[in-house]
Amino acid sequence: MKNNRREFIKNLGLTGIGLSIGIDGFSKNVALKKLTAATLALEINPFIIIENTGKITLVNSRPDMGQGSTQAVPSLLAEELEVSLDQVSIIQSDGRSKYGSQQSGGSSSVRGLWMPLRQAGAAAKEMLIKAAAEKWGVNAADCYAEAGKIFLKGSQKSVTYGEVADLASTYQVPKNPKLKDPKDFKIIGKYNKRLDVPDRVSGKAIYGIDAEIPGMVYAKVVHSPRIHDSIASIDDATARKVVGVLDVIKIERAMPHTKVDAVAVIAQNQWAALKGAKALTVNWKSESGKYLNQNTSEYFEAAYTAAKKPGIRAEEKGDFDAHFESAGTKLEAIYETPFLAHAAIESENATVHVKDDGSVEVWAPIQGPDGALSQVAQYLGVPEEKVKINVTLLGGSFGRKAYMDFLNEACDISRKIKKPVKVLWTKEDDIAQGPYRPAMLSRMQGVIENGRAKAFHHQAIGESIAGQVFNGLRPNTADDWLSGELSQENHQYNFEVNKVSYSRVKTSIPVVWWRSVYASNFGWGQECFIDEMAHEAKKDPLEFRLGLLKNAPRFTKVLNLLAEKADYKTPLPAGKAKGIAVFRSFDSISAACVFVSKTDNGIKIDKVVSVIDCGMFVNPDNVKAQTEGNIIMGIQAATKGGITFENNQCVQSNYHDYQVLRNSETPKMEIHIVENYERPGGVGEPGLPPIAPALGNAIFNLTGKRERKLPLGV
Amino acid sequence: MPVFNLNINNKVYKITAEADMPLVWAIRDLANLKGTKFGCGMAQCGACTVHLDGQPIRSCQMPLSALSKKAKITTIEGIAEPTLHAVQKAWIEEQVPQCGYCQSGQIMSAVALLKTNKNPNDEEILAAMEGNLCRCGTYQRINQAIKNASKML
Repeated sequence: MKNNRREFIKNLGLTGIGLSIGIDGFSKNVALKKLTAATLALEINPFIIIENTGKITLVNSRPDMGQGSTQAVPSLLAEELEVSLDQVSIIQSDGRSKYGSQQSGGSSSVRGLWMPLRQAGAAAKEMLIKAAAEKWGVNAADCYAEAGKIFLKGSQKSVTYGEVADLASTYQVPKNPKLKDPKDFKIIGKYNKRLDVPDRVSGKAIYGIDAEIPGMVYAKVVHSPRIHDSIASIDDATARKVVGVLDVIKIERAMPHTKVDAVAVIAQNQWAALKGAKALTVNWKSESGKYLNQNTSEYFEAAYTAAKKPGIRAEEKGDFDAHFESAGTKLEAIYETPFLAHAAIESENATVHVKDDGSVEVWAPIQGPDGALSQVAQYLGVPEEKVKINVTLLGGSFGRKAYMDFLNEACDISRKIKKPVKVLWTKEDDIAQGPYRPAMLSRMQGVIENGRAKAFHHQAIGESIAGQVFNGLRPNTADDWLSGELSQENHQYNFEVNKVSYSRVKTSIPVVWWRSVYASNFGWGQECFIDEMAHEAKKDPLEFRLGLLKNAPRFTKVLNLLAEKADYKTPLPAGKAKGIAVFRSFDSISAACVFVSKTDNGIKIDKVVSVIDCGMFVNPDNVKAQTEGNIIMGIQAATKGGITFENNQCVQSNYHDYQVLRNSETPKMEIHIVENYERPGGVGEPGLPPIAPALGNAIFNLTGKRERKLPLGV
Repeated sequence: MPVFNLNINNKVYKITAEADMPLVWAIRDLANLKGTKFGCGMAQCGACTVHLDGQPIRSCQMPLSALSKKAKITTIEGIAEPTLHAVQKAWIEEQVPQCGYCQSGQIMSAVALLKTNKNPNDEEILAAMEGNLCRCGTYQRINQAIKNASKML
């Protein structure tokens, strides 16, 4: 058995490079670029490395947090290169700019890399074919590539990629290599087992928490319970007496938008660090001037106040207010979603070595090595060339590990103690320190005229992620990140009058993206309210939607497939009901039908049928797996308590009071994929937004009571 | 500092550690067996599940001092027979893991269940697996894989 850890830690030593194809940035005009062995040794690994020993290595540029990028991303290369994934080695990119954007997030990996990586694969294949043709003195048109070899048509002749890689590397990279017709795909769109699964079931897979560096010490960071407080004094006498504790130092937690005090207990092993932290007394000086709506009650009060006033207009077709004023039949309702923690089982952690020579090495479960590279360089004030990022597998993330405050903490500690250090947050830190999905309100207004939905207004109310995290929202501006998701172009309902507005409610509770970001908040308001309008118009909610989506064939197909697979038209017996919802996010359309029943212990979720149209996809089984995960997480978001702050601090602390779904709470799930040749959409998130509203609508159909505030009591 | 001779996967590790150190840290940091994961630290998630004399336990709650001298500990690295346990094979066949972080614990719970109950029904599977959280939401596949594994055993 190979030693994964040793392989992981040692630098990648590439020898005998024959051909290597990289991508010069990921600007709109993608340029393929040949990379010579010399430049390789200097700075980068390209996406495709064919050594003349025959070894083929593909680079996965999107960290794998469970979404399957280790398979999906190299599949794009392998399809066009004509190799199978079990013939190649796969390595993770290290953040260098030549790999382009490397952030796993926004369900962007396949849809973002779809063309550039296929082009890289196709270009390499063309060069290899040309080299084989030259070697044999035949026309390239008479040669073809298959399974890592070039063959001469009508003969027994073949040559491996490795054998012609040196010659191929002397050619110009073709600018417009011929891409395969999707109908000819052998890997993309087909069921293939993920090849990293065996390591993930045998304890061999390496996550951030598993990083081991010679001479490494362990740190537990003690954070301010009220997030923003400063240290008045530290009593570390008892902590320092804990066997194994080496030091107690003051550090900072540098979040993207603010820095706060923290204390690190440094120890010889993780247990001693945890024990030392428990023995530590930190007297926190209240920084009440920094608290802004830092109790959830204050935040919601401010949000409900904002709901009484007009928001900032993001888009408007027709004059909504005029229609609403004069309408005969009109509806208005406010929907509420709570703050949520990501609560991945692997808590935040990072291992950092700020070395004596000024260089820095990082081993961490992070969503974006490119962002980490620039962040670490900037934070420590060192040139990027001196920073090396090693991305491990992520033990879950859901948005959290793209916010790299924990990485800065490890940097701060290592530079102060001049040793490699592993920082591991506890679950209590993870739950109680944030950042969280922001809590949001949807103020919905609608007008029904002659049994038809005429006018629709979605006022989104709450904290802006761009505004808080990146200070990137000007006053009196709608956050287009959020309003884009609510736009008519996105939902496609053909209301004659349509308006989207936004009211920002600031808070000092840290926020960030959470699986499906705002769609997880606003799907709830939008899709429950559509049902409210349908009932008001005395229409079946499915027929009502189909009527509004006449010009949206992909939405229509998704809903019709859902109706068929969920046997929608067949009435359910008394005590049972179903509800539906549809939402487009990350370029994919997903709809769900949730079945519920009345039991002696309340309402039970029996089954969820989900349909997704994500355009072309890599692995249907992974699309299903991600959608299963979205259903489970969507049910948690809909039914379990959110994060609350009282006395300016988080009330919840671990899985006992911030509950995620358990095995016994899993309903039967059926996933159906719309197969087409549309441009790829996202897969990791779009299945989530319809779950809560489909459940809310099912509960209304069961009980007659309209729930508008999450969590629901099931 | 006390010295413990821990039998892990039929190999004796001489561990020098404080007596109150939870087993999970001895396994991970001192025996350097990283397959066992640390999750919540309070027996809520099951990521740290190992077998103590064949019984599944949460190793984050088991101080070294509470282990008998004859204690036999089995971790994810110790269940292969000889390459992969039937449960692991079933996990691969069903493509259970997403991130995979909880799966060592899930598999240890499943292996323990099938040791005492060769053909568990749905309720018995849920009862045995209720203590193991999976944030990725792989439960439906876990339960199917357990049924498949029971047929292989």
